[in-house]
Amino acid sequence: MEKFTTHTTQAVPLNIANIDTDQIIPARFLKATDKKGFGDNVFRDWRFDKSGNLNTEFTLNNPIYSGSILIAGDNFGCGSSREHAAWALVGYGFKVIVSSFFADIFKGNALNNGLLPVQVSESFLSALFAAIEADANTLFEVNLETQTISIKGTDLKESFEIDPYKKTCMINGYDDIDYLLSKKELIEAFELQKID
Amino acid sequence: MKKTLFDKVWDAHVIDSIQDGPQVLYIDKHLIHEVTSPQAFNELADRNIPVFRPNQIVATADHNTPTLDQHLPVRDELSRKQLAQLSENCKKNNITLYELGHKYNGIVHVMAPELGITQPGMTMVCGDSHTSTHGAFGTIAFGIGTSQVAQVFASQCLLLTKPKSLRVTVNGTLKNGVLPKDVILYIISKLGTNSGTGYFCEYAGDVFENMSMEGRMTVCNMSIEMGARGGMIAPDTTTFDYVKDREFAPKGDEFDAKVAYWKTLPTDQGAVFDKEYYFDAEDIEPMVTYGTNPGMGIKISETIPVDNDPSFKKSLDYMNFEAGKSLIDTPINFVFIGSCTNSRIEDFRVAAEYVKGKRKADNVTAWLVPGSKQVESQIIKEGLKDIFNAAGFELRQPGCSACLAMNDDKIPQNEYCVSTSNRNFEGRQGPGSRTILASPLVAAATAIEGKIIDITKQLN
Repeated sequence: MEKFTTHTTQAVPLNIANIDTDQIIPARFLKATDKKGFGDNVFRDWRFDKSGNLNTEFTLNNPIYSGSILIAGDNFGCGSSREHAAWALVGYGFKVIVSSFFADIFKGNALNNGLLPVQVSESFLSALFAAIEADANTLFEVNLETQTISIKGTDLKESFEIDPYKKTCMINGYDDIDYLLSKKELIEAFELQKID
Repeated sequence: MKKTLFDKVWDAHVIDSIQDGPQVLYIDKHLIHEVTSPQAFNELADRNIPVFRPNQIVATADHNTPTLDQHLPVRDELSRKQLAQLSENCKKNNITLYELGHKYNGIVHVMAPELGITQPGMTMVCGDSHTSTHGAFGTIAFGIGTSQVAQVFASQCLLLTKPKSLRVTVNGTLKNGVLPKDVILYIISKLGTNSGTGYFCEYAGDVFENMSMEGRMTVCNMSIEMGARGGMIAPDTTTFDYVKDREFAPKGDEFDAKVAYWKTLPTDQGAVFDKEYYFDAEDIEPMVTYGTNPGMGIKISETIPVDNDPSFKKSLDYMNFEAGKSLIDTPINFVFIGSCTNSRIEDFRVAAEYVKGKRKADNVTAWLVPGSKQVESQIIKEGLKDIFNAAGFELRQPGCSACLAMNDDKIPQNEYCVSTSNRNFEGRQGPGSRTILASPLVAAATAIEGKIIDITKQLN
């Protein structure tokens, strides 16, 4: 997993609530047996119209927006547990997703793939959308060490929560398998005395 | 200290805790399928890590399988490869697999309970969010991502922060024609799609106590649709009777000893939940959804609410519905009875009882997709297939099918489908398709009439 410390870029706004993982990556693209290529189909049915033509109204196709931060509406990533959603967002080039609320499984999947979910207050989320609307080139800084997100050129800043263990993993590029394997003796001892 | 059902099962599986961090939770059973496991097997192979406890893993092929001509090679090349990969991975790692055509093949959340793999007091995971289904047995069961599938392969454990506790109590007597699906759609419509996020939910009260195991599975199945990682119902005699004598259930003295333990699991009187909700059974009616998430549901006799939120409007635009209007008389060309929510024998009995002696409307394509080979055999054995055939319904072979339309079972663009599945997301049943979630009874009635009807008028 890639290490994450500080990230400063423009952001892409996607002001829709309850974006489910079927929208992020539709089921018909889940047939691959590796993690590659999902980025090509991220938000497939929103990026392309029903005849397969580019939907120029969709935010990802709007040339004024760029950057590797996606700012999305409330309850991002609900629905299916498919980790392919995280692979698709990472594959497309996103490193940070900002929302006022994340679904559980998506959040875990994102963290396991070096994609940082940043949960902010509803008012700060509105401020982020407003900043992009005023100037699509606005830069945003996400600092994992200090757990803050700020709008560059302003004094608007908010801190965000992250599990300290997960933070260590993100900063150092560790994953849970290494940790769990180090507990093998405890696991085997537990199996011997387990009730069920 | 008073403990909840969830606390008791969780605490019995904690191996270790990281200071200010997650806990190491032991997993008793790991279910896998073809879509979310290949990358996890690759991860282990790349890192030269063996599968730690292959005999605690059970695999089935379900998401990507065709529901016609299962004896022939799968036509879609990518699907065929994915299924072959599952077979190869299971063989290489000594994992039991119920592949296409096997007498135990079926949707992972239908297959495991009917074989007695699912038992009270266990921890169970699967790379599928509807793993919450197994909570019906008083089991901690939840969906995981593929990285976590790899973690369980490697260590039979997961690193998790203990979720908060939520209890939904429904007391009273359900009205005629109100099915478990209506109960859960009603709860989600009241609480919304993210009310359960960060929580594990327990369903309590006499509605659930009086419900069959299959009904309880339908309810727990949709816990994830209100954001809860899982849902649970206290194990009782209904649970023990269901588990007894099933293929992989403990037998004889071992079973009795288990039952004695399972009886200690229900929530202690006076245990405190972080959040509680109460509903009256009498307030619940047959439900339908009108939008693009499962929380957007109404009683079939109600009208679509008015809301100026842009996401709400986007959702109605997609569905081509208008705020303030009723869904009654909406013409429907597709009906799907199936999915891990409603593809068990009781679901087909309800549908068959309604359609018996009737004929589907000419405009309707009605697909019935059993949850497993065993359910399929039971449908035939009970003579339900003849009833469905006479009514013009099409009984297909088991699988996830049109619930997520990974195989060829797709609802065409712009078409409505009254579906017993669990998600009405945009394009879920095929690009541009429009899903209306409902019970097997409402789905069957829709197929007969060719439009949505107020079923309550026929029932009362």
